[in-house]
Amino acid sequence: MKLFIKFDFNTVCNVVLKEKLDALDVDYEMLSFGEVVFLENISDEKHQEFIDALAPYGIEIVEDHKSILVQKIKDAITDMVYNSDTEVHVKSSVYLSEKLGHSYGYLSNLFSEVTYTSVENFIILQKIEYTKQLIISENKSLTEIAFQLNYSSVAHLSTQFKNTTGITPSAFQRIIAKRREENN
Amino acid sequence: MATDYTHIILADDDEDDRMFFTDAFEELKMSVKVSTYNDGVYLMDYLNQEDATLPNILFLDLNMPRKSGMECLKEIKENPKYKDIVIAIYSTSASEEDIENTFVKGANIYIKKPSDFKILKKVLSNVVTTNWQYHTNGLNKDNFLLRL
Repeated sequence: MKLFIKFDFNTVCNVVLKEKLDALDVDYEMLSFGEVVFLENISDEKHQEFIDALAPYGIEIVEDHKSILVQKIKDAITDMVYNSDTEVHVKSSVYLSEKLGHSYGYLSNLFSEVTYTSVENFIILQKIEYTKQLIISENKSLTEIAFQLNYSSVAHLSTQFKNTTGITPSAFQRIIAKRREENN
Repeated sequence: MATDYTHIILADDDEDDRMFFTDAFEELKMSVKVSTYNDGVYLMDYLNQEDATLPNILFLDLNMPRKSGMECLKEIKENPKYKDIVIAIYSTSASEEDIENTFVKGANIYIKKPSDFKILKKVLSNVVTTNWQYHTNGLNKDNFLLRL
């Protein structure tokens, strides 16, 4: 005997989801399809338990908290670089772990996993971008910029600029000045 | 990065260079889509089509018959439609004058064509990553200058 079965995908998923949520024994609310809100803080163990319970059904939690945390790391770094004259001078690893409440090792691994680049590289990128901005719009000398961004020496900043962009700070300044001339 | 690919175009009249370029990207396994054009005229014909998908990064060889990379660069920079395209000059020339001149005319990246395949892969992955960082972090593309 052969049977033909028709099933409603949404109903199946909702029933499974509800069953697993009830088994988890926490207060929750199911919003529109595919969204669940926990009404209390859940431990990492419960979180993992939930992931494991759904896995056999091919249901996955979209790990959005990772990208949110990465954005927080980026914001913190940008903040640190752009306010380097007022921020307390601590090592960036200490600054990040204190500000975001996670160990630096955790933050740094997560960052690399999501962005394919390292926290260190991102800090350098932001510093060099800020340097460019200061060279162009505020006409600051490299010596002033190196001091403002807490570089140990002008040479250090200059080398990092060249290593990151392939051109020297003075060539950068010259190119941008010529571009402006041509556009006027 | 996994769902969003970078659209890349190369205009180069040298067949070997084009192959070298697409092979490098194939091995890099980055989320990119690469198309190539055989000279500046073919390239501009494509870009000027109404419904053309514009590339995120455009690689331009400097010495091409019919229309040179420099002429393409000039045309592209004059048309606001193309303002979001990052331009990478991809040339055998390493003359300081050429390099600075293309930057002044609006190129973002200058690559001296590497003869070693491994180095080419490294260079291209650096370009895509740096471009991605400018893109996702909202950095000012006017200040995007990179020489490799």
